[in-house]
Amino acid sequence: MSNCRVILMLFFTSTYSFHVLGNSIEVCKSCQFTTIKQALGHANAHDTIRVYKGIYEEYNLEVNKPMVMLGINVPTIDGKEQGTIINITADSVVIDGFQIENVGLSYTKDYAAIHVYKSRHFNIKNNILKKVFFGLLIEKSHDGQVRNNEVSSDAKEEFNSGNGIHLWHCSNIEVTGNTLFRLRDGIYFEFVSESTISHNVSYNNVRYGLHFMFSNNDNYYDNEFHDNGAGVAVMFSKFINMKRNKFYQNWGTASFGLLLKEIYDAEIENNIFEENTIGIHIEGSTRINYVHNQFNQNGWAVKFAGGCYANVFYQNNFISNSFDVSYNSKLNDNRFEENYWSSYTGYDLNKDDIGDVPYRPVKLFSYVVNRTPESIVLLRSLFIDILNFSEKVSPVFTPDNLIDDSPKMKAFND
Amino acid sequence: MIEISSLNKSFGKVCVLEGISLSIDKSGVFAILGPNGSGKTTLIKCILGMVIPQGGTIKINEQPVRKQWYYRKHINYLPQIARFPDNLKVAELIRMITNLRNQKANDKELIRLFKLEPFLDKKLGNLSGGTKQKVNLVLTFMFDNPILILDEPTTGLDPVSLIHLKELIKKEKESGKTILITTHIMDFVEAMADEVVFLLEGNIYFEGTVKSLKEHGGKSNLEEAIATILTQQNV
Amino acid sequence: MFKILQYSFYDLIRSRWSYVYFLFYLVLGLALLFLNNSVSKSVITLMNIIIVLTPMIGTIFGVMYFYSSREFTELLLAQPIKRTTIFIGQYLGVSLSLSLSLVLGLGIPFTIYGLWQSSELANFGLLLASGTFLTFIFVAISANIALLNENRIKGFGYAILIWLFLAVIYDGLFLISLVVFEDYPLDKLALVATALNPIDLSRILILLKLDISALLGYTGAVFQKFFGTNAGMIVSFFILLVWTLIPTLFIRRIAVKKDF
Repeated sequence: MSNCRVILMLFFTSTYSFHVLGNSIEVCKSCQFTTIKQALGHANAHDTIRVYKGIYEEYNLEVNKPMVMLGINVPTIDGKEQGTIINITADSVVIDGFQIENVGLSYTKDYAAIHVYKSRHFNIKNNILKKVFFGLLIEKSHDGQVRNNEVSSDAKEEFNSGNGIHLWHCSNIEVTGNTLFRLRDGIYFEFVSESTISHNVSYNNVRYGLHFMFSNNDNYYDNEFHDNGAGVAVMFSKFINMKRNKFYQNWGTASFGLLLKEIYDAEIENNIFEENTIGIHIEGSTRINYVHNQFNQNGWAVKFAGGCYANVFYQNNFISNSFDVSYNSKLNDNRFEENYWSSYTGYDLNKDDIGDVPYRPVKLFSYVVNRTPESIVLLRSLFIDILNFSEKVSPVFTPDNLIDDSPKMKAFND
Repeated sequence: MIEISSLNKSFGKVCVLEGISLSIDKSGVFAILGPNGSGKTTLIKCILGMVIPQGGTIKINEQPVRKQWYYRKHINYLPQIARFPDNLKVAELIRMITNLRNQKANDKELIRLFKLEPFLDKKLGNLSGGTKQKVNLVLTFMFDNPILILDEPTTGLDPVSLIHLKELIKKEKESGKTILITTHIMDFVEAMADEVVFLLEGNIYFEGTVKSLKEHGGKSNLEEAIATILTQQNV
Repeated sequence: MFKILQYSFYDLIRSRWSYVYFLFYLVLGLALLFLNNSVSKSVITLMNIIIVLTPMIGTIFGVMYFYSSREFTELLLAQPIKRTTIFIGQYLGVSLSLSLSLVLGLGIPFTIYGLWQSSELANFGLLLASGTFLTFIFVAISANIALLNENRIKGFGYAILIWLFLAVIYDGLFLISLVVFEDYPLDKLALVATALNPIDLSRILILLKLDISALLGYTGAVFQKFFGTNAGMIVSFFILLVWTLIPTLFIRRIAVKKDF
């Protein structure tokens, strides 16, 4: 059914381009052109190349004119591990409906299934990229779309694997509905601005599900990141919105749901952090609002690692985390307000749904662990439970200013 | 049969047995007498291996008993205080001991003799002291072994049972067994004992027949004779 | 030996406390499975409970049994049975009946819930194995204490004290030494200190098998390197075995010398 719809849609797109923009060139075993390379050589700007089902063993396909490359019934382009398979250097290029596989590994060159360079208005959609080194490598390009692609490889180690969707010096790009797995980084952004990452699923990647640096004014909505080696890293960026994303099951000694480093002025709302070693690791980040997030069953829900100012946690749920909050320096003017803490044991006499006793989210043990990391081996021992309990009854070590003065009695439901 | 030579035992600083030597090589009833704390029970427990002596040897049937256990198969022992696991039933206890000793037992007869049938399904914890002592007697007399050691067998028994007990002892004596008894009831000694061993402060003060003990004390009554011996000792 | 073991075992099995202990685990297992709805999460929660409870129950039951079976013991001593047989038999009887309560009490609900098809089977097995080891170890320790102290109150006190030491105070001292010597590399020290205490050893063994081990960070990695391997596992079980055997041998020694 969906296949039919895609084909129908492709049909309309192609007829549209056929009538208005150019000619249609067909590629198949019995067509005039049997290889894509031949077709590309004969195509004029704004032509449509229609590639029928089959296996095409080709690589280094140069797309240097605006055009539409349309896969009919998902033809396969097998690069035979020889290097970059499609290289786009023109504006307004559409690549739609291909399976592209076997890119080949290099320690010196960034081979990709599809390489986009200095292009505008590109649209790469509905492709399946398998056994890639880099999947989509997009450099110095703008105003493009990457939609509904599936990118995967068989990465095992960081040093000899590449990223799924890799953007460098781009702006105004929409990355939507893609699935990325078994790569080094699922999605990699460096110097990318005014862009949106939404509805992507990135999992089982060796390093980060999403790796994001020096990229300002970007939005992330409704993505899912799970089972990644190190979770998601967002670093050195300003003015970011992260909403309704799910970060879960990123377990490992160096794994985070979300790593924030040198982030300024971000909004982090309605996200779910579940079963991560560290829900959010925050380092040198300032003026960030965390609102209505859900922290469930993480090792550490929130771990501050210094240099954080004016962060506000407002109306979040902290449920069954081994440690709710941990910090290793002064907490400065970060605030916790009206959060729900499942380990809160206070009471609410005036029935306003706000606990009458403040909650201290830092347990004594997390304080000790920060000082002496080796002491973590005492995790879940009876002594530690007693220690935490006595500290809860009469706080001596945990800081006075780290308090939620208005803990909620009930969890928020979104 | 039982040969004890220079047996020593002290509990901490308290010396209980000070080089006791004693030889019993014939059948009959031997009463071990002595005031409280003279070491009667300790001596018996040494023979059974429940108390481990610091010096000296004990031989049963010419075999030293130190660190041995199999010789106990030939001994029936009646402990001073009848203490049993509370949550066992009488029948279970009898079955268990029979099973552990792996010997033929004539428990039925003894149960009938002491009229214990109504108690067989009761837990030992719920029995009275006298009834417990009867169970104790059953356990002791139900096996047919050459040596019997009875520590205060009369405790808590009613007159009828006492008569039964005496009959039992007589019967065992007649069948040629060696029976050691400790007791404070002198009538019982006079009625039953062939020979008397009198312990005093960890030593054997007197050894011989009841008659010669009386002569020794210079009284015709055994109780008085012993009292005389004790007062002389204290002077 | 087997007869004594059998009698001690049945004696305990029939006592109310064994039932309570068994039912406790049964209810606990069912409740956890019902609330968590997942075998793996229940295993994590169970770990905390088993690590605290099996040593404590082992200690209390052990002391209680050896004091309350004084009469039984005296009765047995007059029988043609070897002394060590009596005591080791009783020890095994107590340990086995407690372990059985644990294994069946938890095993039944988890089996009903489909443990055998679960990937957690190995972890659950490890959990029960640790619990059984801890039971044997602490029953042996408390048997020693009960045999050495005629005074029941004193014996009870010592037994609780030893449990308290290994369950709580040891970790306190451990933590203090970690904090005091924090300038030195402490991984080795932590490793050794953990291995020496059976409760800590069991806890770490189970922690490392559960995904929670990710929390242990770098130190955890060092531990994983040691305990995570088959050799480490064998060494750990060897240590637990030594912890079981040493107090058991002491029971033998005391049993041979003690007067009744």
